[in-house]
Amino acid sequence: MPSRRQFLSQTLALTAAPALARAEAATPFIDVNLHLHQWPHYRLAHDSPEALATHLRSLGVTQGWVGSYDALFQQDLATVNAGIASDCAHIAPDLLLPIGTLSPAQPGWRDDLKRCQQEHGMKALRLYPGFHHYSLSAPAFRQLLETASAAKLPIQIVSQLEDARTQHPALQAPSVDLKPLPDLLKAIPEARVMVLNANSAMLHTALQPLPNLWIDIAKLEGCGVIESLLQTWPIERLAFGSNAPFFYWQAAQLKLQESTLSPAQIQTLTQPSFLT
Amino acid sequence: MRIWDLHCHLTGLPSLTPEERAAHLLRFADRMGIERLCVYMGLRFLQNPTPAQLTQQNDEVLRAIAAFPDRLFGFVYLSAEHIEASRAELERCVADGPMVGVKLWVAGRCNDPALDPLIARAAELKALIFQHTWIKTGGNYPGESTPEDLVALSQRFPAVPMICGHTGGNWHLGLRAIRNQPNLYADLAGSDPTAGFTEAAVSALGADRVLYGSDAAGRSFASQLAKVHGAELSDAVKQQLFFSNLHRLLAPILSAKNISI
Repeated sequence: MPSRRQFLSQTLALTAAPALARAEAATPFIDVNLHLHQWPHYRLAHDSPEALATHLRSLGVTQGWVGSYDALFQQDLATVNAGIASDCAHIAPDLLLPIGTLSPAQPGWRDDLKRCQQEHGMKALRLYPGFHHYSLSAPAFRQLLETASAAKLPIQIVSQLEDARTQHPALQAPSVDLKPLPDLLKAIPEARVMVLNANSAMLHTALQPLPNLWIDIAKLEGCGVIESLLQTWPIERLAFGSNAPFFYWQAAQLKLQESTLSPAQIQTLTQPSFLT
Repeated sequence: MRIWDLHCHLTGLPSLTPEERAAHLLRFADRMGIERLCVYMGLRFLQNPTPAQLTQQNDEVLRAIAAFPDRLFGFVYLSAEHIEASRAELERCVADGPMVGVKLWVAGRCNDPALDPLIARAAELKALIFQHTWIKTGGNYPGESTPEDLVALSQRFPAVPMICGHTGGNWHLGLRAIRNQPNLYADLAGSDPTAGFTEAAVSALGADRVLYGSDAAGRSFASQLAKVHGAELSDAVKQQLFFSNLHRLLAPILSAKNISI
């Protein structure tokens, strides 16, 4: 059987990706950046648990870390978290890993954290500072980071979801200012943070390689962007994330083909150590 | 599947010369199975170039396509701010040179009738016309065209095909703007790979009015190819978007220039 790299480079961009991807389904392949439920502005294909699970299986994904678009605007995050946990457990517990949402701008976030971990068995949490209106320099964010770290819950921070230029004029969510993050992570070395949807500008202006900081590839752009990034960013702190179903999943997949990556590097990307 | 890329630039690449940058671009295109690239504008982005800068930008593209004549098509960069200089560049690069298309960016909005002589001459030469468009939530540049601006221009030249660059960026609105103007074509390039774009474009315009492009090297080929590879469309339709539509639109000028593919 060819390696995933060989299979990608030989065939994927041309035609028969799904069938060939299924042939390698036994190889662990983790997508760290997925959502369920309804995108606020229009219906997406694959936004239901059944459809997303079927889609991911057809592509060879063996585990998807799934948040809920409901968390963007619904204020009762406890209900949102219960919903994503239930949907994942009932539809595809072997595939869909539910990620709970917290907001340090809300009262009761410590209760939400306990429920996510103790009632729902969640392995990580997701934050949306751009939608929930707080800064990473806010004391409450630091408190959340410390509390989650003490509970051994890694944190995903969604730095952006949609290009600011195309957002609905009445519902604009700014990109997150990530500049405070490196100093916080140095001050709280037991914290584990993964920034989702970071772009090249964020990497150049705000982020730096740290042992407790991961990023995903969903919003990275440019020819051969992964191999370029690896000149300054360690592969061990990079993860495969697609931002699907808002993005075509294949956008992330084809980036593996556009860069020269060894099978070991692809394995590291698609089996990140973030939760371990 | 054959793939021609409608929309590439020489910016965003590490090399110093047009030839090196073209080679760099093609190295990645090869990995992705892309056969030919349309290239426009020079080694750096100039939103409102002077006449001398227009010439320099086009010279850089001429050097790139001369280095890889079997892989690259050149589009001449023109400016709504400098009509006479643009007319001269059109003659130099298309009528008397190897370029096969026209690129208009953000120097002036394309609904301005002052552009008409350029469009008329480009049409005589059978050059394919590409106009950048966006509809930005935060507001466009002063000279940046919207798809509706392009509709106004295209209505004055109903027999001339024109590409709506980026389909306005906000494709929901861009497709609504151009769908009833049959000589306008949607460019898929240069926006996030938001799911549903390509299916919506085919549904609104028909499969023969939608073209794949990347906006590389600022964008990755990967994210833009995914708009077609990942779309829920038949392979036959994908082949139209990747290749057949652009081939058909370029066929008149390629034939006029005795360029056989």
